[in-house]
Amino acid sequence: MNELVFFINNVVIAGSVTGSIYAIGAIGVTLIFSIMRFAHFAHADMMTFGAFMVLLLTTLFPAAGASIGVPTALVMLPLAMLLTAALAVGIDKAFYKPLRFHGVKPIVMVIGSLGVTLMLQGLIRLFSGTGGQSLYVDDRKEIFRIALPIEGVRAPIVITEPQIYLFVITLVAVVALHLFLNRSRLGKAMRAMSDNPELAQASGINTNTIVAVTWVIAGGLAAIAGTLLSLDVTFKPDLSFFLLLPIFAAAIVGGVGHPYGAIAGGFVVGFAETLAVFNWHVLLRPFRDSLPTWLELPSNLAFVSTEYKIVVPFFILVAILVWRPTGLFKGKVI
Amino acid sequence: MSQSTRTRNPAYTPKDATPQRRFPLRELVLFGALLIAVLAVYALMGAAYSTRMLVEAACYAILALGLTIQWGYAGQFNAGVMGFVALGGFCAMLFSVPVNDAFWGTELPGELGRVLLYGVVATLIVVGVTKLNRFGVPNKLRTIIAVVLAVVLYLVVISLLRDVTGQIQSQAGFVGGFGLPAWTGWIVGGALAGGVGYFIGHVCLGLRSDYLAIATLGIAEIIKAFLKNSDWLTRGTATVSPLPWPTPGPAELGFTLARALYLSVTAVVIAVIFFLLHRAYHAPWGRMVRAIRDNEVSSAAMGKDINKRRLEIFVLGCILMGLGGGMLATFNSLFDPQGYLPLNHTFLVLVMVILGGPGNNLGTIFGAVAVYIIWIMSEPLALALMQLAVFIGEGWFGWEPPRNLESRALQARVFVIGLLITLVLRFAPKGLLPEKIKTHG
Repeated sequence: MNELVFFINNVVIAGSVTGSIYAIGAIGVTLIFSIMRFAHFAHADMMTFGAFMVLLLTTLFPAAGASIGVPTALVMLPLAMLLTAALAVGIDKAFYKPLRFHGVKPIVMVIGSLGVTLMLQGLIRLFSGTGGQSLYVDDRKEIFRIALPIEGVRAPIVITEPQIYLFVITLVAVVALHLFLNRSRLGKAMRAMSDNPELAQASGINTNTIVAVTWVIAGGLAAIAGTLLSLDVTFKPDLSFFLLLPIFAAAIVGGVGHPYGAIAGGFVVGFAETLAVFNWHVLLRPFRDSLPTWLELPSNLAFVSTEYKIVVPFFILVAILVWRPTGLFKGKVI
Repeated sequence: MSQSTRTRNPAYTPKDATPQRRFPLRELVLFGALLIAVLAVYALMGAAYSTRMLVEAACYAILALGLTIQWGYAGQFNAGVMGFVALGGFCAMLFSVPVNDAFWGTELPGELGRVLLYGVVATLIVVGVTKLNRFGVPNKLRTIIAVVLAVVLYLVVISLLRDVTGQIQSQAGFVGGFGLPAWTGWIVGGALAGGVGYFIGHVCLGLRSDYLAIATLGIAEIIKAFLKNSDWLTRGTATVSPLPWPTPGPAELGFTLARALYLSVTAVVIAVIFFLLHRAYHAPWGRMVRAIRDNEVSSAAMGKDINKRRLEIFVLGCILMGLGGGMLATFNSLFDPQGYLPLNHTFLVLVMVILGGPGNNLGTIFGAVAVYIIWIMSEPLALALMQLAVFIGEGWFGWEPPRNLESRALQARVFVIGLLITLVLRFAPKGLLPEKIKTHG
């Protein structure tokens, strides 16, 4: 049973954590894709920017959270979401809108977003330095150890405070997004524009408002994802290139332009990553005695070592592009 | 986009379409300015430094030519130039470094060969199993068997490989090289980069153009991760140095002369590539490729094999990138997998191409040299500006500067490159030397 607890700690919990973060990131990417029809490469840096804003605000007011009993970083999250949303709208106005207005091909927008990526990266590194920093400035990271009431189980299930917040916030964000897209007027207009921009415009939807709303949502979600990731580990300014591939893989696996697909894709990629780096030898250990003697198991049975983790989303991406380019849930645009 | 924007910005105006034999004033002015800049650098920094800068700029020009084929001729965006450059550098290292007797003298090469053979056999078995449905096995059962077998065989082979590579690392350090001349490494590097490009292109080129950008970005990071962590093959972060030059080195001729000799080698390579590309561009093949770029549907209607042409172009560009990467690594005489950065080896090349003029080979070479000079010179400039800021900040506001100022100052260059990309796309989408569009007929 100890092995099972180990499995839960290292795969179920870790996979859900990475999966949630990828899912929130991929929702933003897929929304932008469905409204503006281009792959937004600067998304991972918007995540980093959101986390950096939280870090900045937390360092400025380190005691703000203690009074209500939550980490300061979480108190600052709504503010950082607003700032990131403002940044996203500003970037759109300054860089993407002129390109869109000129009627360029989507791939030129992609290059433009890469330029924005570099600018954001440069700014963040200029102000934060290149090292990692913890978002827990004044608070302490709580770690819960839940011992299982079963005979012979010594190892507890370990879950940290930010991970619990992560699950709660992910759930709230997904439900809120669902309600927004299905119940509100703006959300319905957004779906209409994603289906058919010309028709939406002809039926009196203000497409400029929709674009701005999309950026606000994408920016807010990016801030959530970046902050939660940085809470779970540490804040690093060079996260972006390692986040981009899993997030895009998640969006494409779920079917581009399909928010619920993006959630599923995020968890698929997250769990695939953790399963691939998990050492399966641990699970086989209880059956050691029943295995035939000629079979000598090596001590490392992981599919890929941690350094090659980035290979996993890439191969998921390649596999989905080869066998089902529309994604698992039939995205709208290929 | 809506109809109104399309009529306002037509792809071709009649003015573009009429062939004009004009005096190449713009070219002359730009290259004259470039010459003055080069001479200024020679006067300021000395001959050895400046020649070195020129050689590196020449290697970058080869990379930029590779990208201008993909982006300028065919409209494919490769966001992973770094990966192909690193592959070229790796091959240059593997082929030119002297033979490591501590590895070849033992039984380890045999062991490694045996494991690689197992890998080939395992692949063949799995491929064979996927064909089982031809012998009456139901499709579902075949898929299950194939997946399970692939997983098990993969685990077996990978653990054997881990054993062998661990032994190589502990007993011999790394596999060493083949001790061949450097140019063999360049050629193989180009071929290897082309092979990887074929794989990526085969998967992505039939789909939306964004997917190619995502996939190339990914493969570049994977190649870098592989080279960085395969200590048995590349010594990883310990780096391999020196790499022998194909020309007499600085020890025999002195820095300036040796580098000038290397520069002439790169110049010959560029001239050959330039000539071949020029011919290809004006040949029917080049017209077909541009037709596909400009109007895919109509060229498909004319019976052109779009995906095949695209794949050709993409692989050709990747080959040039591998070649340039090999020449760059050999010139630096150092193979450092960690030194391959997206900024230096992907985005810098991108700026060279879009600033110089995508699709115009002369413009691309101009862009490569000009941007590289600016890039090299920006490092001392950024430091000086930062020092000025610190001076003002300390003197006027009593600001305490952070310690790692140098590394932060260099981050400002990231910002400038990003700004440059967005500005060029916005205000000069055709570059400084735009592609000349002619009518044939």
